[in-house]
Formats: sequence, C-alpha cells, structure tokens
Amino acid sequence: MGVAIEVRDISKQFKLYNERYTSLKERVIHGGKMPFTPFWALKDVNVDINEGETFGILGRNGCGKSTLLKCVAGILKPTSGEIRVRGSLAAMLELGAGFQPELSGRDNIYLNGSLLGLSRSEIDKRFDDIVAFAELEQFIDNQVKFYSSGMYVRLGFAVAVNVEPDVLLVDEVLAVGDAAFQRKCLDHVKRFQREGRTIVVVSHGTDTIRQNCSRAMVMNHGKVLTVDEPGEAIRVYLADLLGVGTIEGSESGGIEGNVFHFGTVTADHGGSGTRTHLYPGESLTIMAELDSLAPVENAIATIAIHDDTNELVFASDPDDPSCQMEVPVGGGQIRFDFPEVPLLDGTYSVSVGIRSLTETAIFDWKDQVTTFEVANPGRATGRVRLLPAVSFRHRSSGHTGEVPVIDSLGGISGAPVAENIIS
Amino acid sequence: MSVGAVEPAPGGSPQDKPTGAAPPPQAPPDVERPRLGDGEGDGEAVAIGGSTRFVPGSSNRQVTVVNGKVQLGQRLKDLWTNRDLLVLLVRTELKVKYKNSVLGYLWSMLNPALVLAIYYVVFKIIARNHQPNFAIWLFAGLLVWNLFNNAAMSSTTVVVGKAGIVKKVAFPRELLALSVAGVALVLFAIQVVVLILAMLLFGVHPAYEYVALLPLGLLALLIFTGAVSIFLSAVNVYLRDTQHLTEVLLMAWFWGTCIVYTYGQIFLSGFSKSHPILKWGQYVYLLNPITPIVMTFQRAIYGVTQYSYLPPNSQPHTKPTIYHVLPTWSVGTFGLLLVGVLVVSVGLFFLSLIVFGRLEGNFAEEL
Repeated sequence: MGVAIEVRDISKQFKLYNERYTSLKERVIHGGKMPFTPFWALKDVNVDINEGETFGILGRNGCGKSTLLKCVAGILKPTSGEIRVRGSLAAMLELGAGFQPELSGRDNIYLNGSLLGLSRSEIDKRFDDIVAFAELEQFIDNQVKFYSSGMYVRLGFAVAVNVEPDVLLVDEVLAVGDAAFQRKCLDHVKRFQREGRTIVVVSHGTDTIRQNCSRAMVMNHGKVLTVDEPGEAIRVYLADLLGVGTIEGSESGGIEGNVFHFGTVTADHGGSGTRTHLYPGESLTIMAELDSLAPVENAIATIAIHDDTNELVFASDPDDPSCQMEVPVGGGQIRFDFPEVPLLDGTYSVSVGIRSLTETAIFDWKDQVTTFEVANPGRATGRVRLLPAVSFRHRSSGHTGEVPVIDSLGGISGAPVAENIIS
Repeated sequence: MSVGAVEPAPGGSPQDKPTGAAPPPQAPPDVERPRLGDGEGDGEAVAIGGSTRFVPGSSNRQVTVVNGKVQLGQRLKDLWTNRDLLVLLVRTELKVKYKNSVLGYLWSMLNPALVLAIYYVVFKIIARNHQPNFAIWLFAGLLVWNLFNNAAMSSTTVVVGKAGIVKKVAFPRELLALSVAGVALVLFAIQVVVLILAMLLFGVHPAYEYVALLPLGLLALLIFTGAVSIFLSAVNVYLRDTQHLTEVLLMAWFWGTCIVYTYGQIFLSGFSKSHPILKWGQYVYLLNPITPIVMTFQRAIYGVTQYSYLPPNSQPHTKPTIYHVLPTWSVGTFGLLLVGVLVVSVGLFFLSLIVFGRLEGNFAEEL
C-alpha cells in the first residue's frame, strides 16, 4: 500500500503581532520594526497517510489541525519541512468558497471546478452529474446570490466531490443540506472509500470520525498526540479535551460539625490497572469513604452520573429502600456496584450523597468527585449501548425465518470482544 | 492497463477487489479493510456502478511537493496547466463588471473617452497645440497606457478583494493578478476598434511597415504589465497603502512617458540636440519600458515622424517650421528596442513570480 500523503517534519510559525502595521506609512513611522511573538501552529509534525485510507484528524480548537490541512492543500506554506502528495488533490475547506454571487449557477460550476483544478472539457463532461447531484436543475441559470443557503452549499459540495480527486481533504463540512442530501453525501464518501481514494477529514465530531475513518490522529498544540484506531484516538482526544481527573473533589457539601463527611471517592472497574478506561458493558464500582460522628440508623446513599457535557445520565432514586443502610460511629466505605455499564464512549463524572431519612440536618454530598471513562472501540455511536436482536420476517407468509442480520453494534461493543480488538 | 476493464490484481485475492455490489461491512477497526492494488507499478481498474474513472496504485501518479521553497519552474508549469482558469477568471470579472451587455462595455469606455476629451480640450484648444490629428496621437499613447494603468490599479486590490478564495482554495494565485491584466486586454481590444473607426473618420493613415511591430509591442506590454500586477497584488496584502502609493506613482509615470507631449518636443528640437544633458538623457528616458512600446504604437498609428506648421497670419514666403514628433528610426531599431523591453519584462516577470511565491505563503494568514 503506497503512501498518499507524506508529512515530514512540518512546522508552521505564525507571527502574533502586538500591533500590526499594515501600511507602508506606519512601517516607516515605526522604523520598520514590528514586535511579534512567534507561535508555532505546527511543530515537527510527521505522519504518513496511506492510499485508500480514510484518515481523521481530531483536536481541540487551535490545535493546528486546520493549519495542517491547509498546508497539505498548499494554501499555506510550511515554515519548514516537506509534504508530498501522490495524485490529484481537492480540498473542501469551505463549501462554495469560490462562488461569485453575481454569476449564474452554471458559470459558478465552471469557475469553482477550475479553481479545484479541472480543465474546461473535464467540467463539460461532469456538468450534468454536478447539477443532478446538487438537485438544482431548475435554478442552474439563476444568479447564485438568489440561492438559499442550502442550495449554495449543495452546489459547492456537488462540484467538490465531482472533481474525483485521488486525495480529498474535508474540513468539517460533511453535515450540509437536509437529511436526504446528507445521505447522498455520505454515499459519495463511501463510494470514494470503495474506490480506494484517500480521504482526510478534520472534525470535532467524534461520531463522524468513528463511523467513517480507518485511522485517526489526535493533535494538541501543533503536535501529534497519537495516530491510532479511531476508538483509541477518540479516547485520547476526549481525555485531552476534558483533562480527566482534574475535576476531582470539585465541590463538597461537607459542613463543619456535620455528622457525615465524605472522604475519598474512587472508581474501580474492569479497566483499572493497565488501562484507565472501561469498555461498554463492563462492570463498575464506586467506593466512597465516609466518616460519621454518630451512628445513623436510616442513612440513604445516592449516586448521580453526569456526562462530559454535564448532562445528567443517571441519578438514583433518593428514596430507594435498597439503598438504605446503617452507619455506625466512625464510618466506613459505601460501595456502589454496577454489574454492567451500558454506556458508550465518554468521560463521566460521579457525584455521591448521603442523608438521613428522618433528620434533615444530617447529610453530606460531593459533586463530581471522581470520573470514569468509557472507550468505545466499536462503531456504534450515541450515549447508551443497546443490543437489539434484529430479525427478518417475510411479508407474505407467517413464516418467521429467524435470520439474524447484523447486530447493529457489529457485535464489537461487548467487553470481551473489545478486549481482543484493542490488545 | 486499460481503464474500464476489471482486471485481477497481480497476486491479489478476490477479496482484495471491492465492487459496487459488495460494500465493505462496518468492519471493526482491527479487521483489514478491503484494500486496493498494492501500488507496485500496476494499478487496478475498479468499476463501480458502471463508472470507472479511478485507477488506484498507479505509479505514474504525479507527486506534489509542498515546502517552504519557491520553485520558479513549478510555478510557470502551474500557470500553464491552469490557463483555463485564467480565461474563466477574466470572463467572470467582465461578466460581473459589465454584465455582458453592449451598454456595459460602452460604459467601460466612458472613462478613457473622458480622459481623451480632457487632454484634447486642454492641449489642443486651450494651449493651442498645432499638431495635426492630435486626438489620434493622444489615443495611440493612451491605448498602451490604459492597459498598463488599468491592470496596475486593479491588481493592488485583487488578492485582498478575493480573500474568500485565497484563504480557502488552493490554486496558483498569480492568476488573480494576471486576470486583471486579461481584463485590461479586453478593454484594450475595444479601444482598438474605436481607434480604427476614428482613424477612418479623420483619414489618418498608419505607417504600415511599423504595424507589424505592434504584436511584439503588445506582447512585451502584456508581460511587463503582468509582472507589475503580480508584484503589486502580493505587496498590497502586506502593505495596504500600496494602492494609494501606486496611484501617485502611476501619475508620475504617465507624465514621464511621451503620451500627451511628443518625444520630439524634448529630444529632437534644435536646442536639445546641442544640450549635453538632454543628449544623454534620452537614453535614460528610454529605460522606462513603457516608453518604447508607446513610441512604437505612436509610430505605427500616427504614421508620421514630423509635421510642418505655418502660423496662419505669417508673412508670405515664410517657410513653415518643421516639428519632429518621433525619431526617424527604422523598423529594425524599433524592433530591437522592443526585444530589449521584452527581455527585461520576462526577467521582471520571473522576479515578480519569485517575490509573489515568497509572500504568498502567508496570504491565508494575512488576509
């Protein structure tokens, strides 16, 4: 398998000027000096992207992923290093970037196609395909300035994908148009993949990367954090993005002189030890140390789990009798055992609380005191891991041919399988 | 290797060949996805849904290298391969500016016509210039100057004005500057038509043997204009007042070229022939690349190098005074001068491409 894009020691320096003098007059007045702070948007980036691969680039804002894409596309020139691209290349950094509002859709197809490197005769050949793809047959001779924003991006996408490049660079533009058009775009991307073209996608959407990419790279501060399978890369990305473990003990309700006082809260799961994350469906135990100044007979413990967007995923029933316990003087350890965590990837924070059923003054809680991470090696997306059994039933006869089709999760999000996949 | 036929990959298992009918299932990441040809020379044609366009793994695929260097040869090659785009950019500009209508183009003639009218009124009527067919003389020089002036003026803002494309699409950006010269060339062509009509109207005969030099002059003018446009378009990204500076410089340049006045008025009068500074000054004067081009156009279009003038109320038997407007150089001399301008222009063109290449690297950041 050949290498489609070879990135060798690429560095790109931007100059952050304290004050920018954009005219000769100002330059002369200030003696030609412009104080600046060098900022390395990319620092010694090395990566090989294989032919036929769909390669994702993840990273938080300002990590240099778009800069890298622009360097590969030739829009920006690297300060040092070299990029070799085999074959024709088209970049979709912004749909319809080259459109002239005053021109008709027809003229814009020719203009944009030429900007992407097609000759006139090549565009002639593809013109009908482009128009059909964009679903703009009626409006193709109207000025683009009268197009709706949906029509505008549809035309932009149609031109870009019909360039049929060997290497396609995409910067977070996959989500355009209505659902039907998105479906079509995705089909087109899939066809590109089948044809063995190379696609490089920059996205914040972990779902896009997980479902479409064969490998992904995570960047941070202009450097490569990792190049790995999408599942693992997304885990690294989320860990980088959220800074796992930094929100420990963020807030405690511990009131001076209160009976209860929470100590350390830890999460123990199948992934503890060598790996720091668990796979969907594995077990999880939350252990909370509790000090108690007095014996409390009818204490009730509660637990809540929030996801990385601080959305509540689960909170236990505050009056659940099964959570009632007797706490002696001195305290002990409260254990919350989850035999199976049916969550997909993400970082989840745990909050714990305890109170007396009868005396309102006796309580303690700790908000988001510990976190656990679920890494999903499979291609299923969303929050929850559901395992539907899929079958097919013939319409005419009542015959139930129990034909399992494909487990919608690909049968790969289960813990034991996942173990195999990663190791 | 024929595109369109499905050929077995050398030594490849059938599984290695994807077809439209069997898309790869949602495979777990560790399962090797169906891969295409191994890139060892032979590519593999893949037919998908009846359309076969793409040959993966073909070793003859062109390698594009992106690095910090400026490769002049590559730039020139890119310009040539993108010539369709240049034509399209010019057409776009014309369409947007003049709406492709006759009235639109007539409108574009308003400015040069006005300039011509003003100079005519000021110099012919107010200053009582007695040069015959002075309008044609003016027109011949302005024709050249307008092309250069239009392109240079619009080139300063072309990259900044097209920031949207420059920041998002990769293409040889010099084309933007050259497109401005292309638009100026179209306007030039329209003016030529008007000029020919005017010559027929006034009964002015061109010097036919010099007309053959005009294509060479136009070529030199276009290359020189292209060089200046490319340079200015890049510099204005970094120094935004270049456009204002250019306006002033162009005005000085205009009056430093024999367009409104004649070359003969300065260098061919009896006084200047004896004056040592003017005697050698003409060589300096001719270093301005626009001057030889303007003079060639004037020589060919205006047709004569001198005229005689007798004041209307002068004494009988007074001999009319001879006024020289242009040197009596042969076609060869003019040709040689133009070749010199051409060589210099080509050199400047390469130089401006290099400067553009160095500055272009940070366009996306500066805009």
